[in-house]
Amino acid sequence: MRVMAQIGMVMNLDKCIGCHTCSVTCKQTWTNRQGVEYVWFNNVETRPGVGYPRQYENQEQWQGGWVRKRNGKIKLKSGGRISRLTKIFSNPKLPGLDDYYEPWTYDYDNLISSPTTDTTPVARPKSLITGKDIKISWSANWDDDLGGTYETGHKDPMLKGIEDSVKFEFEKSFMFYLPRICEHCLNPSCVGSCPSGAMYKRSEDGIVLVDGDKCRGWRMCVTGCPYKKVYFNHRSGKAEKCTLCFPRLEVGQPTVCAETCVGRLRYIGLFLYDADRVLEAASTENEQDLYAAQLDILLDPNDPAVFAQARRDGIPEDWLEAAKKSPVYKLAKEYKVALPLHPEYRTMPMVWYIPPLSPVVDALKNTGNDAEDAKNLFAAIDTLRIPAQYLANLMTAGDVSVINKVLKKLAAMRSYMRDFNLGNDFNEDIPNSVGMTGENIYDMYKLLAIAKYVDRYVIPAAHQETADKLEEAMAAGCSVDFTEIPGGPNAERKPVPIALETFHLTKKRASAESFDETLEGGE
Amino acid sequence: MLNVFWNSGPYIVTMIFIVGMFWRYKFDRYGWTSRSSQIYESRLLRIGSPLFHIGLLMALGGHVMGLMIPASFTESLGISEHLYHLVAVALGTIAGVMVVFGMTILIYRRRTVLRVFQVTTKMDKLMYLVLGSLVLLGVYNTIGINLLDLPGKYPDGYNYRETVSVWFRSIATFNPKAELMKDAPLTFQLHALVAMALIAIIPITRLVHIFSAPVGYLSRPYLVYRKRTTKKARRGWEPTQVG
Ligand code: HEM
Ligand code: SF4
Ligand code: SF4
Repeated sequence: MRVMAQIGMVMNLDKCIGCHTCSVTCKQTWTNRQGVEYVWFNNVETRPGVGYPRQYENQEQWQGGWVRKRNGKIKLKSGGRISRLTKIFSNPKLPGLDDYYEPWTYDYDNLISSPTTDTTPVARPKSLITGKDIKISWSANWDDDLGGTYETGHKDPMLKGIEDSVKFEFEKSFMFYLPRICEHCLNPSCVGSCPSGAMYKRSEDGIVLVDGDKCRGWRMCVTGCPYKKVYFNHRSGKAEKCTLCFPRLEVGQPTVCAETCVGRLRYIGLFLYDADRVLEAASTENEQDLYAAQLDILLDPNDPAVFAQARRDGIPEDWLEAAKKSPVYKLAKEYKVALPLHPEYRTMPMVWYIPPLSPVVDALKNTGNDAEDAKNLFAAIDTLRIPAQYLANLMTAGDVSVINKVLKKLAAMRSYMRDFNLGNDFNEDIPNSVGMTGENIYDMYKLLAIAKYVDRYVIPAAHQETADKLEEAMAAGCSVDFTEIPGGPNAERKPVPIALETFHLTKKRASAESFDETLEGGE
Repeated sequence: MLNVFWNSGPYIVTMIFIVGMFWRYKFDRYGWTSRSSQIYESRLLRIGSPLFHIGLLMALGGHVMGLMIPASFTESLGISEHLYHLVAVALGTIAGVMVVFGMTILIYRRRTVLRVFQVTTKMDKLMYLVLGSLVLLGVYNTIGINLLDLPGKYPDGYNYRETVSVWFRSIATFNPKAELMKDAPLTFQLHALVAMALIAIIPITRLVHIFSAPVGYLSRPYLVYRKRTTKKARRGWEPTQVG
């Protein structure tokens, strides 16, 4: 056993309102530059829908991720090492700009500089690539809110086998939002496919990054990632990807997408995992067993043996404490309600999703039934095959039984807590029927429904002893290091990094019980 | 005059190349890339780029053979000069045709696909000018002189292995023999001259990508782990540090 730490995220899809705030704040932070105009490290897709880039999940076309060879080992789906090198001069499986979309802006200047005319001057759309007029015909979320009913809906690769039922029965159609970032996989195929070795997984926290100084623009990682979350900066000729906002995480702040999430549906925390068994788990024969295998290599931070080994493997104490409190571990492994996105790609993704119960609830409501009654909900989950099958195609390699189990837990929570809120007697049969206890359900409810900032984000800062070397910490410092001036202004006092200051302020605001509390005193 | 050039030119060019590559690596490591334009346009690149590159690599291989390995060595292996010449001309012709076709497609693509044209830098243009002349001269030497004998002076082909190659090796052994170059056909001289120009400008073009050919990929493990650096991050305006 070799214990490594991984920062993971869970998103509770029931709460996503599809507002795209996460995408916008992420873009403002990371990709508002030339060369990455078309890039959204965080994007929100309406599902069913084709996604961004279009149909990225169709791996027969794009060849992302790993496949299991007959001898039980895994290799990149796009081919072995030699064969991939022979394709370096022109990568046959690279999505083109038009598979994403051609980014544009508007000629706002014309609104002001136009001479007096009979008609109102307009701001024409201009391509950000060529600067010429363009006809806008696609974007990163062109099929927003269409839920597969639009002409493009049936092109969603995950509708295979059920497209007819979804397309033709409008009353039975359903939709939900799927916010996506890089999965910071335990077995990242992007890293495996980089010919220069420029991509790497950080051993401290598992964040997957591109070393821009080492990247040579071979653009093989774009193909390698089955989620299409490595992008090619077409101006600098280098790969770029979601960084999990590491400068923020290093000082204990959540990522920008999580911080600004309107639905407060994101959770960030630590996983401890057994690095020695990643490959074995990723090589599991049956695709539908990959989810279980992935759960299996996550280690219980409360197990003394794990704890002792983690110490020996150099994981700092504060990280181990954080691992014990990790909300993502609880949701993924203890309650087993969070599922990985496309485990069948064998990359062991570390952004997990709680599947939405809302398609079922909505359908039930439409039939005039009580959508909070456990019996009704359980029955509906069993009969409403289409949403469950669709979710299974996304999260369990098609295994509906796992999805049903999770949905039933969420349904159980819903009706159990209704009794609680209405002051009725608890019906312990409800949690028992999904293999949980009333206490479990209550804890899960607290985490899913009312968790505060500090419960949703349990992020240990990077090593204290090196923290002041981080760039963001330096940004607040003055060019004069006060500690070196004996008796100088602020002697003995190191400048407080801006990031830490805002962290404490935000934390205070987010965890306050009342508005007044946020006003009292400074930190 | 020409003697001075053929004697000292190669050394000057080599110095420019070495200093230039060091400078590029030190100050512009972020700019060290093939600067792929594939996401703009893929259809033409799919044909042009592999043709061009594979042809070029074949030609490079041919140059290594032809310039570095003395005729006496191949003869001692029992390969007659005639056989060597035959194979060299045959492979050279194939490579030449591939490169010319590939490069034509690539240049046509650069010029006509608006997205690609707009990101074509002055350096790209200079590079294609030099590289294009180099290739055309090389193809003329192989096909025009050695295969077809267009000038009508070399019925058996021009045996550069007794002049140009010896000159090349004399440079490498620091015992330059310029007089060998002077008698070579003009197009051979020009080919060598343009090659030197290309080598001199490599450090300031995208051609630096040649020296990052990722052969290490064949032997490294798939996954790469790295420790978080605690070094203060480089600001955008600071030069990259070596090491
Ligand atoms: C030895 C290994 C080499 C590799 C792996 C390699 C790889 C590449 C790649 C990936 C591109 C980008 C293609 C794209 O997506 O747009 C490229 C472009 C290019 N390479 Fe190479 N290359 C190699 C050698 C060479 C050599 C020896 C030359 C010429 C002396 C050369 C000249 C070029 C040129 C001119 C382009 C630009 C093509 C264009 O877009 O117009 N390469 N190369
Ligand atoms: S999701 Fe992220 S870590 Fe996983 S393969 Fe894609 S880019 Fe790499
Ligand atoms: S900010 Fe939150 S609620 Fe809004 S789209 Fe993003 S994930 Fe969904």
